[in-house]
Amino acid sequence: MVNNFYVSLAPHIHSGDSIERKMYQVLLALVPAFLVSLYVFGWGALTVTAISVSACVSFEYLIQKYLFRIKPTINDGSAIVTGVLLAFNLPSNLPFWIILIGALVAIGIAKQTFGGLGNNPFNPAIVARVFLLISFPVQMTSWPLPMQHGYVDAVTGATPLAVFKSHLGNLPDTCSMIIGTIGGSLGEVSAIALLAGGLFLLIRHIITWHIPVTILATVFLFTFLLGVVSPDTYYAVKSDNRLLSALSYSLFHLLSGGLLLGAFYMATDYVTSPMIKKGQLIYAIGIGIITVLIRVFGVYPEGMSFAIFIMNGFTPLINVYIKPKRFGEVRQ
Amino acid sequence: MKSFTIGGIHPPEFKQTSTVPIIQARLPRTAIVLLNQHLGKPAIPVVKKGDAVKAGQLIAEADGVVSATIHAPVSGIIKTIEPIPDATGYKHQAILIETSGDEWLDQINRSETLERDCLLNPGEIIKKIANAGIVGMGGAGFPAHVKLMPPEGKRATVLIVNAVECEPYLTADHRLMLEKSEEILVGLTILMKAIQVDKCIIGIEINKMDAIRRLQELAVSYPGITVQPLKVKYPQGGEKQLIEAVIHRQVPSGGLPVDVGAIVQNVATVYAVYEAVQKNKPLVERVITVTGNGIKKPGNFLVRIGTPMSYVLDMAGGLPIDAAKLISGGPMMGKPLTNLDIPVTKCTSGLLVFSHQNTSRKESFACIRCGKCIEVCPMGLEPYLFMTLTQHSEWDKLEKAHIMDCIECGCCTYSCPATRPLLDYLRIGKQTVGNLIHRQTNHSDHGQ
Amino acid sequence: MNLTLLAISALGGLALVLAVILYAAANTFKVSEDPRLDEVIEKLPGVNCGGCGFAGCRNFAEACLKQNRLDALFCPVGGNKTMSAVAAVLGIEAIQVEPAIAVLRCNGSCAVRPKVAVYDGASTCGIAALTSGNLTNCFWGCLGLGDCVSACPFNAIRMNPATSLPEIEEDACVSCGACVNACPNGLFEIRKKRSITGRIYVACMNKDKGAIAGKACFVACIGCGKCEKVCAYHAVILKDNLAYINDDTCTQCRKCAESCPTHAIHE
Repeated sequence: MVNNFYVSLAPHIHSGDSIERKMYQVLLALVPAFLVSLYVFGWGALTVTAISVSACVSFEYLIQKYLFRIKPTINDGSAIVTGVLLAFNLPSNLPFWIILIGALVAIGIAKQTFGGLGNNPFNPAIVARVFLLISFPVQMTSWPLPMQHGYVDAVTGATPLAVFKSHLGNLPDTCSMIIGTIGGSLGEVSAIALLAGGLFLLIRHIITWHIPVTILATVFLFTFLLGVVSPDTYYAVKSDNRLLSALSYSLFHLLSGGLLLGAFYMATDYVTSPMIKKGQLIYAIGIGIITVLIRVFGVYPEGMSFAIFIMNGFTPLINVYIKPKRFGEVRQ
Repeated sequence: MKSFTIGGIHPPEFKQTSTVPIIQARLPRTAIVLLNQHLGKPAIPVVKKGDAVKAGQLIAEADGVVSATIHAPVSGIIKTIEPIPDATGYKHQAILIETSGDEWLDQINRSETLERDCLLNPGEIIKKIANAGIVGMGGAGFPAHVKLMPPEGKRATVLIVNAVECEPYLTADHRLMLEKSEEILVGLTILMKAIQVDKCIIGIEINKMDAIRRLQELAVSYPGITVQPLKVKYPQGGEKQLIEAVIHRQVPSGGLPVDVGAIVQNVATVYAVYEAVQKNKPLVERVITVTGNGIKKPGNFLVRIGTPMSYVLDMAGGLPIDAAKLISGGPMMGKPLTNLDIPVTKCTSGLLVFSHQNTSRKESFACIRCGKCIEVCPMGLEPYLFMTLTQHSEWDKLEKAHIMDCIECGCCTYSCPATRPLLDYLRIGKQTVGNLIHRQTNHSDHGQ
Repeated sequence: MNLTLLAISALGGLALVLAVILYAAANTFKVSEDPRLDEVIEKLPGVNCGGCGFAGCRNFAEACLKQNRLDALFCPVGGNKTMSAVAAVLGIEAIQVEPAIAVLRCNGSCAVRPKVAVYDGASTCGIAALTSGNLTNCFWGCLGLGDCVSACPFNAIRMNPATSLPEIEEDACVSCGACVNACPNGLFEIRKKRSITGRIYVACMNKDKGAIAGKACFVACIGCGKCEKVCAYHAVILKDNLAYINDDTCTQCRKCAESCPTHAIHE
């Protein structure tokens, strides 16, 4: 007597893809940036990341199990990714209780109140970062200098963008900016590590080129335009050639701050970015423009977080009005 | 490499049986001939219990235009006419024939010699195809003669042959092309004559290079017929996708292939047309692939319509111990079977057996809005939206979002990382919206 | 000028201007309505369940006013009490309708109707019905996935985990008919409520021949016809191998239920 057969509608095979797989590949892509952050910020980097990740996972587990009384979904890895991305947005000397508050805001307010993974309108790590920036402006803007390996006792100084904004101090050389031996948040310093991870995500088809490349292109074009139009105000390296000085200005913007981290890892978050390629281009252009506006004309030295936050708000609208190209569309 | 342009996936091919020649299956003890093996109204029996029939004899007439005739696949005595469960699990009328011997009607030519010439005019050809009960053998079962008679004002300019067989595991069409190549080409010339076109393109995926080469060699002597190799991508064999890949025109939403001048026929249907017109043999047998996990002798079998699946499975080595799912058709669009007594029909393309770990559905999670379903949908639709709208019974919004364009290929469910049962809800949404539209058009007709 | 006085007079003036505009708009754009409409709506339960056959309580109230008769109009949620109140507002007579309840015409629990397949698709009855009719050997029976439970706007249906059959709560059901529409196998029927022991109906929809039905489910109606024979009031009709008890002619004498060999008649 054979057992009863299974019955369900086609398709009867599956690609094998799962949410965990995608999340763990994102974590893998973040490993190079993490290693650089350990090299540049030492214990501080390790402590902040560890606290952030464990806090995010614990809060998610506690909220889901005891408050909502549903099966906890910490196995899908999304809380770990949020924890890592949140840590990568923080300075390596941030006191642990502020990190905990950040994790609570990210998971508790930005994610679980809306219904958990898939239902949040704003990127949890971004929301937490902006919340902490506004609530604890002093602690969130005292950036340890590079090669300061302590935790709370690290010596702080201005980041490249801060130098730019205030016109005080010297800009680091391009090499340091690429490798990452500069000041800044844990994850944003090393351009090469972030690009390597970004390339990995592109090859593994976790993200597509549309969002990151468009953000970088928009920032490049906008800053290049500014550099060409007013080379005396907008330059990184002064030169007689207008184009060269504008180029240096654009390159500086591309390599500094959280642009690469945001473009490859945060703006590309599935839940909060548009689902259709055309919509993603609009979203990315918006992020690029707002980032440059805040960086150049705004009060804050870095505008990436706010830009992503604002454009996340437009995502539902983009999803409704931008439709994919239909097969056999009959033009009315 | 030519292909359709929107969406598509690359499931693993598993075409192990493509090198196994077609084996004639033994005759079943009882042939269970369902009367609804085609789209449209079920056929009406013209025999009754106790009648003696010969193989190839007419046993059921078409009911109206969109219907098909059915012929006895075996010789013997009509045992009974009663409702029998088919692949959907629901019971439908079937004629059960108790097999005795293998006697065929005199006018049916069962020799293997190739008959090249056809002297009939188009009308006669179509009539012969209708009388032979030929339906689309790719799985849909649309009566072939209806497809060959386009509506008023529409003309076909090209005949496209669907020899793609894009579903993983299935190799029946592939073997047919290798073993009956010339017969297929003769069948094509007959069809071209019937619909009065002088151009015919055979679409084949490049994982069947031997079939492509063989047909290309032989097609030289048949004017107007060309072979078009296509990229291996699912669903390359979808009617609309195939037309776009081959002639670069998209069938408009809500339209028919003949709107862009194309008529598409499956390659097995073409072979059936050859046999019907040149050998007077109605559609009573077909090739199916039997394979899967743990099958001892997988292969391609020529079976008579009405053979219970258990017979065919026995020829392939019997049911494996760890068998957990039986599928009639391919893994992307096939129907699940609850037992092995279900008979082969004109549209059955294969029998797949899967073990437990290869097929049981996984737990489904909330939609993470990754957009993968939209990326892979060959019709450019939004499956994640359809599932949510169906769950909330928003039938108006579903219709506006063009749910009726869905071809139920399964690419969305295959790719979803949250393992959401997208196609389940899509199907029920389509069914409900379709019923509502049908009711609405009926009402407005009566209103006039 | 004193700043406070300026602020108060400015805001006050603004408020006055806005009030005049609002008053003028309210009067110009006023929709003249039958004043009784609001009174009738007040008497209705306000659930907007659609059980009356209209799109909501407001539409039902409008229909009452338009037709000015209450023969074909009944609110199942409010029942006779509500209809009397509405009739009082309109100044016409109310018709007393006997209370009704939804009943499930299937007793095929897991114990008596063995499953012949493992269903692992999406957990709704609609999709299960679409997937296969052969999940048990009776393809008319209850699928046990709870589409009726989700459809009931009054939470009157609960799934019994032991039998996998839905159970209707006596006091909560208002016979709005949502479950009748939701069940893909059409197993629900609205019948007269009477008392809990006064409801006699055939709890089966199986139209297969007796031998097949009996093998699929131990409590199926096998169409033997004993109930039809013993009924002195001609309330039992046998058609397509299935018995049906007419609610209007049945006198609840129970002779049919006692005679049924498979206990398919619910009492």
